[in-house]
Amino acid sequence: MKKSVFLGALTVASFVAGAAAAATLDDVKARGELNCGVNTGLVGFAAPDANGNWAGFDVAICKAVAAAVLGDSSKVKYVPTTGQTRFTALASGEIDLLVRNSTWTFTRDTDLKLDFAGVNYYDGQGFMVRRDLGVSSAKELDGATVCIQTGTTTELNLADFFKANNMSYQPIAIDTNAEGEQQYLAGACDAYTTDASGLAATRAAFADPENHIILPEIISKEPLGPVVRHGDNEWGDIVRWTLNALVAAEEYGVTSANIEELSKGTQNPEVNRLLGTEGDLGAMIGLDKEWAKRAIAAGGNYGEIFAANIGEQTPIGLARGLNAQWTQGGLLYAPPFR
Amino acid sequence: MAEIAPFVRHEMLPAEPAPASEAGVLHWLRANLFSSPLNVVLTFAGVFIVYWLVSHSAPWLMHSVWAADSLGECRAIIAERWGPDATGACWAVIRDRWHQYLFGFYPWEHIWRPITVFALLFVAIAPVLFSSVPRKLLWFTLAYPLLALWLLWGGTIWPEVMIAAGFGIGALGFMLGARFGSLGAISLGTLAAALFWVVPAAPLEHALAAMLPIGLPEVSSDQFGGFLLAVTVGVGAIALSLPMGVLLALGRRSDMFLIRALCIGFIEFIRGVPLITLLFVASLLLNYFLPPGTNFDIILRVEILVTFFAAAYIAEVVRGALSALPRGQYEAADALGLDYWKAQRLIILPQALKISIPGIVSTFIGMFKDTTLVVFVGLFDPLKGISDFVRADFAWKGIYWEPYIFVGCIFFLFNFSMSRYAMYLEQKLKRDHR
Repeated sequence: MKKSVFLGALTVASFVAGAAAAATLDDVKARGELNCGVNTGLVGFAAPDANGNWAGFDVAICKAVAAAVLGDSSKVKYVPTTGQTRFTALASGEIDLLVRNSTWTFTRDTDLKLDFAGVNYYDGQGFMVRRDLGVSSAKELDGATVCIQTGTTTELNLADFFKANNMSYQPIAIDTNAEGEQQYLAGACDAYTTDASGLAATRAAFADPENHIILPEIISKEPLGPVVRHGDNEWGDIVRWTLNALVAAEEYGVTSANIEELSKGTQNPEVNRLLGTEGDLGAMIGLDKEWAKRAIAAGGNYGEIFAANIGEQTPIGLARGLNAQWTQGGLLYAPPFR
Repeated sequence: MAEIAPFVRHEMLPAEPAPASEAGVLHWLRANLFSSPLNVVLTFAGVFIVYWLVSHSAPWLMHSVWAADSLGECRAIIAERWGPDATGACWAVIRDRWHQYLFGFYPWEHIWRPITVFALLFVAIAPVLFSSVPRKLLWFTLAYPLLALWLLWGGTIWPEVMIAAGFGIGALGFMLGARFGSLGAISLGTLAAALFWVVPAAPLEHALAAMLPIGLPEVSSDQFGGFLLAVTVGVGAIALSLPMGVLLALGRRSDMFLIRALCIGFIEFIRGVPLITLLFVASLLLNYFLPPGTNFDIILRVEILVTFFAAAYIAEVVRGALSALPRGQYEAADALGLDYWKAQRLIILPQALKISIPGIVSTFIGMFKDTTLVVFVGLFDPLKGISDFVRADFAWKGIYWEPYIFVGCIFFLFNFSMSRYAMYLEQKLKRDHR
């Protein structure tokens, strides 16, 4: 606790009300620390280990931005946010950046006065059922009981899906993922529905994963991405292009292993511009030449981050799917660095 | 005349044992368990429930595993030892993460600080709780909050010294003002302390910190979690809400319109709003009003709101006790010529507080458990906040009951001791029907 603040509170200092500052970049630089809003705990995406060090797919974005802006990927203050507090925390200025598996939707982008800086994971809602239920498609779930987290977009998607297919279902309301798994395993519901990435992790953690199947249907689009405040376009640019740099780095074969060598200069002018050996893209977003190099070096390019946190080599074992490069049939497509 | 031999028994008959139906186990069973058809049914139902609970939980508890690195490993060990269908408790998660349940992310090399603070807590509250402890320890009790503040959060010691100095100056003002009566004493004391804190405290603190940088490494609030957070918020709120609640209760019964209106407004507003709303206000809404970049500590904010919440309830408990006192007590105090504060201190409050002990302790217990609600503003409470991220580690994903049971046991320990102490206090203070 800042003690001077405590004194300040005692003295009832006259606080001057003011809107959240426009220049987030200056604030972050002055503070020397990036306040990054993350999930309070989601397998593979954000979780502190036994020593309190945060790691995960979302956390890696925070680290990359901190590396680009402050030159040190460890200068991040992770602010755990819940589903209820996340957007308010961002709007009120408590955090500079929100990377908390938040779905990019129309109302969040416009009505909530937020800006999604891009998509770091294309997710979608799926179903898991017990194998002995004998169901192979979500279309056969008519009359099923479904465990569903209340107050989420998944709840609305579920209603839409069953309505569109003229089927009925009985929802079993649950509060958290852990509770949902417990209810599903106890047989309270026939099917458990949540984001496909979450289902994969949940299934992998079961004692008998072979007895459960994830149905092939994905019933919704859940583009998850980093969010910034509406109205500070400079800061939004930095986050957007940091994410793009990670994606582009994978496309051009820039990895944390070869980045030092490549930054000495290559035949590929785009790589040179990305790593700052040619031109000065950094200056245009208020950073130095090597911002993207540091962002990539922090945790590797997009592919490396994916593989290390949620990829097929990890227990969660997610395939790239939609999250492959556009050259590989996925949706990742970084605009040119020019 | 025939000799009549009077029959007089010379020796006592040996006592017969009571009939089998009136003594021993059988009698106890009949009297307590099978005295009526309804009781017979209830007894069997009760036995069945207990049997059901034990038969379901006992194997699970017997098959406990303590040494493993992940839930999968636990399951493998259980399957190996007790067969493939056996279920068992995986306490290895507690073994792996107990320090986070107790201390959150508090840096391990400074862990002696919260432990010391917790140990000293018992020294500090001993003189308050037990009259047999030497009274001189009360001075330590007074200094304890500032000592705890410094040890837990670190930094230089001077801000705490300044706060203490302010209280000292306030006390001086109180004594000087005492010749003008209670009101004079209180207002002069408050004024002196406030003046000191507003004007010279901050520059003085900086000067002293520059000259004598005595301090500990700082630990920021976001590193607090688990029971360290619950106890910090809980104990702080208990200590602050009792005096505040008593003052509010007195204010609500005051004859002065403004004070009464303010107290009623405060109490009714705080009681009428759910605690979660207040926590959201503390965590989110305040940021809109404070200038950007202000670092108004989140634990301090939560602490203030939880204190307000508890104080409003305590105020109503105490007000109930004040109303229960016979009018004669107030009149007797007036007849003795005591002024308002003396009457409250010597006659009214000792009786009122005694009556309200069960209510006050209930409020405290409820509030201590309510500290787990801080999870909704993104702080790591022991029940859900810590468990959520422990489960987010793939090694422990899927673990469910063990953390709840562990945390529940610790909460029970705290709350049961509070409740027992309250009963002891009630017995001790009992003055009637001896």
